[in-house]
Amino acid sequence: MEFYVISLVKIAVVFAGFMTVLAYLQWVERKVIAHVQVRVGPNRVGPHGLLQPMADIIKLVTKEGFLPSHVHKFFYLLAPFIAVSMALVSISIIPFGSEIKVFGYTTWMQLTDLNVGILFVLAISSLGVYGIALAGWSSNNKYSLLGGLRSSAQMISYELPLSLAITAPLLIAGTLSLREIVQSQGGYNFGFLPRWSVFAGPFPQVFSFIIFVIAGFAETNRVPFDLPEAENELVAGFHTEYSSMQFASFFMAEYANMVTITCITTILFLGGWQPLFPASLGSNYLPPLLLFFVGALLLFNGLNPRRRKDRFSLPVFAVVFFLLGILFLVPAVKPILVPFFWFAAKVGFLLFTFIWIRGTLPRFRYDQLMSFAWKFLFPAALINLLITGLLVALTAK
Amino acid sequence: MDLFFFVVFAVVAIGGGVSVVLQTHPISSALSLVAVMGSLAVLYLLLGAEFIAMAQVIVYAGAIMVLFLFVIMLLNSGGETKPGRSAMVKVLGVPVLAGFVAIIAYVFSLSFNDTLAVHFGGFSDGSARSIGRAIFGAYLLPFEVTSVLILVAILGAVVLARKELD
Repeated sequence: MEFYVISLVKIAVVFAGFMTVLAYLQWVERKVIAHVQVRVGPNRVGPHGLLQPMADIIKLVTKEGFLPSHVHKFFYLLAPFIAVSMALVSISIIPFGSEIKVFGYTTWMQLTDLNVGILFVLAISSLGVYGIALAGWSSNNKYSLLGGLRSSAQMISYELPLSLAITAPLLIAGTLSLREIVQSQGGYNFGFLPRWSVFAGPFPQVFSFIIFVIAGFAETNRVPFDLPEAENELVAGFHTEYSSMQFASFFMAEYANMVTITCITTILFLGGWQPLFPASLGSNYLPPLLLFFVGALLLFNGLNPRRRKDRFSLPVFAVVFFLLGILFLVPAVKPILVPFFWFAAKVGFLLFTFIWIRGTLPRFRYDQLMSFAWKFLFPAALINLLITGLLVALTAK
Repeated sequence: MDLFFFVVFAVVAIGGGVSVVLQTHPISSALSLVAVMGSLAVLYLLLGAEFIAMAQVIVYAGAIMVLFLFVIMLLNSGGETKPGRSAMVKVLGVPVLAGFVAIIAYVFSLSFNDTLAVHFGGFSDGSARSIGRAIFGAYLLPFEVTSVLILVAILGAVVLARKELD
């Protein structure tokens, strides 16, 4: 009974957090892209456009769900459902932090741990292709069909280097469970260099990290691999015909996939919740220091405002950041917040990289995309796997 | 709980299998087959073979069936128009099917007696580690021979596709 109650509470917390992240990720993306392109971005709804996601949600929910007359109805309605549900499932096995104690109950900051966790993620993400392929086909529209076909071909092709890039750090970790993968990356070499897969082991996994991230961009259909929805040639690709909540489902699926792939990158290569440097060097005090610094910066800008409304909004944000920083110093919540901070910081950095690259790179041509996957990424991942395997075998006890 | 899931997914698997045959549109048939693969994966999971279950989803549902779907979409074939059934099918269909079911039931009843009942989660060697040990230990030769066989098939496909280009 206790188990069910704890699980339900955890599911509620993770779901609420995940949905908020998905909604605000879109705001962050629009803001970052805007600043990359020297624009302002959304700034009308709420201070700094912070209520923009809420406005978007209300808009999407209240819009008319239009069903074109020429579509295959059943598959047309099924496709967004498959896409979004497959995108949301993977979060259930992501470990956000270490074991914690809340009100006397000991539990992990993870919904569930599977002993084939990483394979589960691969399986679910490979099923996500159906959503896009079916959407493209059932729309009965040549642009949608082309978008759907492109997307499925791209996802199948890039799944190979992705899986091979995953295999190499798994050889070092020696387990498929996400929790144990993170645990195997604990500890430090020379007292300061973390034993994350990118740094340590018999063969530092820098190459497979890069291959994984590139293939991850392609798997999530992000720039520079966003050919399925290349708007200058395919209108909007596979979701051309969709409107209202069905369109929102695809949108949400894309962001959820992005979060999943960054979480998996963090767990496999960047040591999950393990801090960047040991607690003996004060890694527990970095989060509050960082938050205090951001608070001070906001306060300074609020006292010397560039725009009139900054005088009110920035000091309020500064207080929020100060309070968060103080929260990190409370001994009762510190063991919960610090690992989560490290996990969130790494995921946040990777998400920012995703957005940053979207603001920087142009789109691939389709034949370039395919030959890049098969002629460069796949052999590179294979060679990396061979070297890693050889070195792991040689150094094994 | 185990029995509940077994019944649900066994029904889905059989229903999906029947649906593969009965559907007139190739896409519907292909998706029914995906449902069969998925429910088979759940049945493996119930038996305690986690690795096989995940491999089933990744390989069959995630890769092979996507390619099937892909080809069907590219060919853009429409729904099948029902052909008139021949007299032989009408007369012999049901008896032959019943005969086959009877033969299978007989073989099963001969080779598995009651002491060999299946237990949920009773299979303890389903982890990736034990599967790996089995493949690269006891079954190394069959494994390698199979991979050569697949390689031959791939080469054959490439050669055939090349001829068509010339």
